[in-house]
Amino acid sequence: MEQLFTLTTLTGILHSTIRLATPYLFASLGETISQRSGVLNLGVEGQMLMGAFAAFFVVVTTGSLLGGVVAAIFVGALLGLLMALVSVSFRAEQGISGIGMYLLGLGLSSLLFRLTLGSVQSVRGFAELALPGLSSIPVLGPALFKHSLLVYVAFALVPMVAYLLNRTTWGLNIRAVGDNPQAADTLGVPVIAIRYATVTVGGAMAAMGGASLSISAVNIFQENMTGGIGFIAVALVYFGGWRPVGVMLGILLFSLVSALQIWLQLVGIGIPSDLAVMLPYILTIIALALAPRRTGQPAALTRPFNRGMA
Amino acid sequence: MQAFPPQRTTSTITSLELRGITKRFPGVIANDKVNLSVHGGEIHALLGENGAGKSTLMKILYGLYQPDAGEVRINEQPVTISSPQDAIARGIGMIHQHFMLVPSLTVAENIALGLRSSRGLRLDLDRVSAEVQRLAELYGLRVDPKAYIWQLSVGEQQRVEILKALYRGAELLVLDEPTAVITPQEVDDLFAMLRQMRAEGRALIFISHKLREVIALSDRVSVLRDGRLVGTFATAGKSRSDLARLMVGREVIAARADTKHPSEGAGSIALELQDISAQSDRNTPALHGVTLQVRAGEILGLAGVSGNGQRELAEVIAGLRPTSAGTIKLAGKDLTGNPAERANAGISYIPEERMRDGTVLEFSVAENLILRNHTEAPFARGPLLNRSAVDRACRDLIQRFQIKTPGPHTPLKSLSGGNIQKVIMARELSREPAVLVAAQPTRGVDIGATAAIHQLLIELRRRGGAILLISEDLDEILALADRIAVIHAGNIAAILPHTEATPERLGLLMAGVASEVT
Repeated sequence: MEQLFTLTTLTGILHSTIRLATPYLFASLGETISQRSGVLNLGVEGQMLMGAFAAFFVVVTTGSLLGGVVAAIFVGALLGLLMALVSVSFRAEQGISGIGMYLLGLGLSSLLFRLTLGSVQSVRGFAELALPGLSSIPVLGPALFKHSLLVYVAFALVPMVAYLLNRTTWGLNIRAVGDNPQAADTLGVPVIAIRYATVTVGGAMAAMGGASLSISAVNIFQENMTGGIGFIAVALVYFGGWRPVGVMLGILLFSLVSALQIWLQLVGIGIPSDLAVMLPYILTIIALALAPRRTGQPAALTRPFNRGMA
Repeated sequence: MQAFPPQRTTSTITSLELRGITKRFPGVIANDKVNLSVHGGEIHALLGENGAGKSTLMKILYGLYQPDAGEVRINEQPVTISSPQDAIARGIGMIHQHFMLVPSLTVAENIALGLRSSRGLRLDLDRVSAEVQRLAELYGLRVDPKAYIWQLSVGEQQRVEILKALYRGAELLVLDEPTAVITPQEVDDLFAMLRQMRAEGRALIFISHKLREVIALSDRVSVLRDGRLVGTFATAGKSRSDLARLMVGREVIAARADTKHPSEGAGSIALELQDISAQSDRNTPALHGVTLQVRAGEILGLAGVSGNGQRELAEVIAGLRPTSAGTIKLAGKDLTGNPAERANAGISYIPEERMRDGTVLEFSVAENLILRNHTEAPFARGPLLNRSAVDRACRDLIQRFQIKTPGPHTPLKSLSGGNIQKVIMARELSREPAVLVAAQPTRGVDIGATAAIHQLLIELRRRGGAILLISEDLDEILALADRIAVIHAGNIAAILPHTEATPERLGLLMAGVASEVT
């Protein structure tokens, strides 16, 4: 009886780990693409909130989940374009423009929510999709293979982004532009266009991260519902050494601690809940402090490009 | 972007003509109605001092700048080159002075960058590597396509740059100061390869201010001065002094020739390094047990290919980099554990990166001149600056060191490279240092200022200063140094008296081929 209880608990914790990891995966992988091209997008949090709202609004009004996803991608891409305009074309200080984007997303999503929907309500989001066969593996099956569609998509993005960056001409362009844009420019690589593309894709992916909360994980929208996920997602890109697999491992570690923390609260082990909630964040700080120093950081990260200027 | 396969797909360039090219930047005319004509099958030297407009002209040719007036003609046809992509498509290749390579990528990735892949979106690095191997063998450019750029020596990186251009089918190759960073032997290899390319009918533009090389290599030479073309001449029959006069616009006093002074038993040991080891910025070992002495009243030249530990050694002596082993003595006094003391004890330092480490560009000339001692009398009165004392001292220094500036309160960044260097020299030399570490003091400095800086070093030697002159310019070291130390891979390969030092011998030592520790 004791044995069964712990295995069920283990399955539960692993299941929430995977679920919690999903919004981070979307946001961090998008941010990885953007940073590898040399642009720091610190506005991920704002883009997530706008994505969460856009998807939720469309699902509330039309009932279409596909419509919700499209809306999130569209809004995220638009905000990504805006970010690119400010950071790439106007060459703004990227740390500052990112905070602007965050405040814009936070304020706008709250305002639109109050103007349109106004009150807390829930939607029928993506349903759980048990993969036949795989989900009946004992312990791990229900933990890994009984999730909503967006969870699988998020994990599928890891090898896809890795392939894009390492094996394709686009990826080579992105890496070159992030490391030495002047050199890339002399070879005819369109530096500005590539940075626009990566920041736009990054924005769309961040928004999908938001949507994965509002129409998949919790199926509600609340003001400031991301509560810092976007910022942690940026930190996890550094932690993962700008490599998709590394980023995923970092996310899983962070999500595992978050899941444990939730479980600790549920079983009521005598730790003050405030302290337990802090656990994953403290872990992030420690991990970032201990992480190997900036190896793999794109050399031109946060440096705007200006042809002819060294 | 052009499609695969790459070999000589662009049509031959039989002639290139620049007509009336004018380029203005705020406050300067970088190119003023410049005409230049280059044929296939010739090596055409472009000669001029820093700031004469050579680089601007070539950046226009490569599509990095757009001219305000004038036209470019290739094979008698006017063409518009609005981006590097256009230039590459027309068969123009460029070897930039500061290599345009991505350090975190491999050789093959750098070469494939910006090109279409034969496999669509997927990279085909195996095919690129094979083609690179073929080209490398054809031109004797040994390099491993799978190596990362950051692992390569400067000479190897240059080969990658040349391969990159050849791979793109360059029919006209512009080389911007290609010999500045490589050993004499590598220069020989480079010249042999350029001659081979000339024989194939390619056009080569060779930018340099080293007259000896221009004479040795080029068929014709075009001289630029202050943004204008002085003229184009057949190289045969021009002497070095002819070219120098054309370049500077007046007779040049050969400051270097009369500087040799017989090593008249120099004075006591001023600076002594014993088994110094230190780490690089990447925390890899950069210096391995360096031992050397500099005597009062002598110039010790430190020759070597860039990146062999020169910068680390200079910073160790100046107290800017910690040592991991060894001792540093100044006039017999052990100052190893006391970096901050070294500056006070009489060590001055002219850093290699003068814009980054030696000055604050946004500050005025006067503020830069007193950076070291602005907290001392007479410049400071308690926490306040004594403006009039600062002004007086600075006007004096500006005159003594012939710094060309509108006044002491002009922002430093508006001065020329040579005058910025004079400001640093003035600040450091006015302290009458016992030891001066001068790292690349004349790099990027025009001939006139170079002569002045050399004169200042010689005068300091005469007054009994001990000078460590770090330079990648062998001519400079051979002209000034009493003894020459060669550094290779963080070791002193040899220390030779100037009478025994020849470019060939130094070159072998610099390349790490021979080691003869004295």
